[in-house]
Amino acid sequence: MDDLKLPDIDYGALAPMLILFGAACIGVLFEALLPRNRRHGIQLGLGLLALVAALVTVIVERNTRVVTIGGAVAVDGPAVFLWGSILLLGVVSLLLIGERTLEPGGAFVSQAAITVGSQKDIKQAGGQPGATEVYPLTLFALGGMLLFVAANDLLTMFVALEVFSLPLYLLCALARRRRLLSQEAAMKYFLLGSYASAFFLFGVALIYGFSGAVDFASIHAAVADPARSEVLLFGGLALVSIGLLFKSAAVPFHVWTPDVYQGAPTPITALMAACTKVAAFGGLLRVLYVAFDGVQWDFQPVLGVIAVLTMLTGAVLAVTQTDMKRLLAYSSIANAGYLLVGVLALNKSGLSSTMFYLVAYGFSVLAAFGIVSLVRDADGEATHLSRWAGLGRKSPVFAAVFSFILLAFAGIPLTSGFTSKFAVFGAAVEGGQTWLVIFGVITSMLLAFPYLRVVVLMWLSEPSETTPAVSIPGFLTAAALAIGVIATFALGVVPAPLLDLTNDAAQFVR
Amino acid sequence: MKDFPFLSILTLLPLVGAAVVAFIPRARGNLAKTIALAWSLVVLALSVVMWIAFQAGGERFQFRESYQWIPTWGARFTFATDGIALVMLVLIALLVPLVILASWNDVDETQRSVPTYFALLLTLECTMIGVFAAADVFLFYVLFEVMLVPMYFIIGSYGGQRRQYAAVKFFLYSLVGGLFMLAAVIGLWVVGGHHTFDWETLKGASAAFDTNTARWLFLGFFIAFAVKAPFFPFHTWLPDAGVAAPAPAAALLVGVLDKVGTFGILRYCLPLFPEASRWFAPAALVLGVIGILYAALLAVGQNDLKRLVSYTSIAHFGFIGIGIFAFTTQAGTGSVLYMVNHGLATGLLFLVVGMFVSRRGSSLVSDFGGAGKLIPVLAGVLFFAGLASLALPGTAPFISEFLVLIGTFTTHKVYAVIATFGIILAAAYVLWMVQRTTQGTLNPVLTEVPAMRKDITLREKIVVAPLVLLLLLLGFYPKPVTDVINPAVEQTMQDVGTTDPGPTAVANGRVAR
Repeated sequence: MDDLKLPDIDYGALAPMLILFGAACIGVLFEALLPRNRRHGIQLGLGLLALVAALVTVIVERNTRVVTIGGAVAVDGPAVFLWGSILLLGVVSLLLIGERTLEPGGAFVSQAAITVGSQKDIKQAGGQPGATEVYPLTLFALGGMLLFVAANDLLTMFVALEVFSLPLYLLCALARRRRLLSQEAAMKYFLLGSYASAFFLFGVALIYGFSGAVDFASIHAAVADPARSEVLLFGGLALVSIGLLFKSAAVPFHVWTPDVYQGAPTPITALMAACTKVAAFGGLLRVLYVAFDGVQWDFQPVLGVIAVLTMLTGAVLAVTQTDMKRLLAYSSIANAGYLLVGVLALNKSGLSSTMFYLVAYGFSVLAAFGIVSLVRDADGEATHLSRWAGLGRKSPVFAAVFSFILLAFAGIPLTSGFTSKFAVFGAAVEGGQTWLVIFGVITSMLLAFPYLRVVVLMWLSEPSETTPAVSIPGFLTAAALAIGVIATFALGVVPAPLLDLTNDAAQFVR
Repeated sequence: MKDFPFLSILTLLPLVGAAVVAFIPRARGNLAKTIALAWSLVVLALSVVMWIAFQAGGERFQFRESYQWIPTWGARFTFATDGIALVMLVLIALLVPLVILASWNDVDETQRSVPTYFALLLTLECTMIGVFAAADVFLFYVLFEVMLVPMYFIIGSYGGQRRQYAAVKFFLYSLVGGLFMLAAVIGLWVVGGHHTFDWETLKGASAAFDTNTARWLFLGFFIAFAVKAPFFPFHTWLPDAGVAAPAPAAALLVGVLDKVGTFGILRYCLPLFPEASRWFAPAALVLGVIGILYAALLAVGQNDLKRLVSYTSIAHFGFIGIGIFAFTTQAGTGSVLYMVNHGLATGLLFLVVGMFVSRRGSSLVSDFGGAGKLIPVLAGVLFFAGLASLALPGTAPFISEFLVLIGTFTTHKVYAVIATFGIILAAAYVLWMVQRTTQGTLNPVLTEVPAMRKDITLREKIVVAPLVLLLLLLGFYPKPVTDVINPAVEQTMQDVGTTDPGPTAVANGRVAR
């Protein structure tokens, strides 16, 4: 009998994940040991410190290309780049999460388990400090995302999927206002997410049956072998893809998105729209480019149809929305479609342009939800579109910032929205997927309308009695907004440095 | 002199001015106006210097500058101008100060911010100059789209009735066209193969384009330009935008901004996709002729002055269109000259109409009547602008319209003959409009409007005088302009690979293919 051998572990390469998970565990201990009134500041500091430390190690280890822990984790160009992106976007999200000046106690409820509408609930809505468990939960989620984009076999990927999903389900349920909507969102997300995980796991089983292994290199080799069962291969690939497309919010696995985006606390919505998207597409890229690139001619048309449906559904339904968060949710669905167009280019520029798009979109969407969290009245955020009428007169600066972000979403040049669209469309034409680009262009036209409608509402309509004033943001939200807006502008005007970075990073190891 | 970076400075200067004006406090509107005017005059002076430095018979593209931008894609800040772009640049630089002066009192200070309006005008000038000066397809596309944003806010925030509707319609129409162009730009970039957006490199590569691909790409560009110009049937946004925009801004809209469409066809569609241009030419000619007659007929029936002028512009763009697609040097030169003259004539017409509208508080023809008895000089200027617009001999537009028609006649007799009916209709809509507003018995309501008693002011005289003078000068002596335009047009026609038939072919013996 062979001795059990411990696998080699490259701690340096794994340091970003280790730091996040370690800090999350320390955060849990803080929850148990520290007095309630001191937790917020310390937890926020710890979270930011951990993210920045992880970011620094990513930068230090930027040239590492290694497969480690017995082949479970691949640290390669895309992984390192996506780690950096997730951590950067995570820092900005955490700034939004930590904001407590907009509303007494912050955006989170203090005790989620209290029955909605009871005396205790009314009392806690009035300003009891929010739950500080959100910080370790966020760190766990971000750590899971890091593992997800670097996972080198399907099982590790599944574990990572659960590690980042479970905290997100919980976080969705913690909104201070509109508790029922928040709980419904969490429930829906959890149930549908569980189905998606089950599909994913079933797919992993089929792929194991097909190739006799779960690691991507073996799958890649098995795909090239014509003697194996195609039924298992395509069945497995389809089921795995469902799990991944669910997280990416691609049609027809998108139905959770508007409800969850609307019900979740706005900072968490921002986190999901930015970081979860990066993680989901990072995973999808790795699975399709590393493991299954041998059957690209088979999945390309199917996923192409999904991309078209995603863009169309997102764009058409965005037109009909009357709630700002739902509008941004459908816009995020449409953006998932554009990202899929980049993924389906299936060449080097497809990989690099998708990564560029993820970063660019992440910053813009963070800024957008940052603004949403500012427009509020006595009952919390005023998300109905009619309430935004005439906002440009009352708060020109914020209306201008939001207009800029919307123009970026619409893909007007000199914003990152244009450069990123150009990048993915260019990659797709190069990859012979012109039909996807044509649909991309058509849906961009449709999608411009809802964005423009909001701009018109804010600037060209007269303010009504019910137009809320924009709250003055605290330092944290202001910082998050500034970073988001500056990044949106900078990536639109001088995208070259980031494009070079993505180009250099666009090489998977197998 | 040749190495002076004219084009980049000309592009950036208004933007700096816009930034300065935008930061002036709202209460100090007059300061903002003065600075904006002074700034635009500096731009004008610079453009005049550039005109003098331009060598009419020299290289096709002059003042070339190129700076690194996005090396990964090969996009660069490349500026260069040929004769066609040059005349448009000077036209922009000329019109903007006049527009600023004309809108001096148009913004209601209690409702809207005055500095913002003038900052938007200067931003618009920056993007318009950039569009004509760009020699990099990516840069051109970027500015083509960004140009929408300031105009959108000018119409939407400072316009008249139904301004929101008009602003959104304007934006969406242009954006839709622009996105077709985006697809074509990406396609061009990929088939261009060198991963470059440089116009001249792409033109060099264009001979190797697959016929079908080139036709699709042509169509992508053409739709964007046809919406922008606008050609029938993509024109429906212009009357709405023309009515809703403040009259001086509307002068800029039809005078210059729309010319990007026809300029784009000359600069991008024809040289880059010569075979496709010839293939699509019959369709474009038909659209042009329909546009001439249809828009002119609609103009005859309008009761709104601004809407009427907008429809006349659509008819004029039809002339420019057939001139371009007739593929003769004469017609091409006529078209480019038409672009300049139309900018002057319709610009003047819109500015004068704006003076009428701001006095009367209404743009409906039926609200006037016999206004010439109250404001004889202004009515005279309206009459002159109208005559210029219908291309009366002696005014500049006559020469361009004549060139377009004889140039078209040599290759496409039927189209030229049908288009000639447009001249008769033009006389109808202009003269009838002038008669109903300024002639005949005095509408008694007008005497009760105090502003209607005040004839043209000094400020207004300064606005109209340069345009009137230029229209007369170029009507008798267009040579300075045609000298600049002609070489560029000849080269464009060579790019298309057509030669002039008949006697003109002897003078121009070079055969491209």
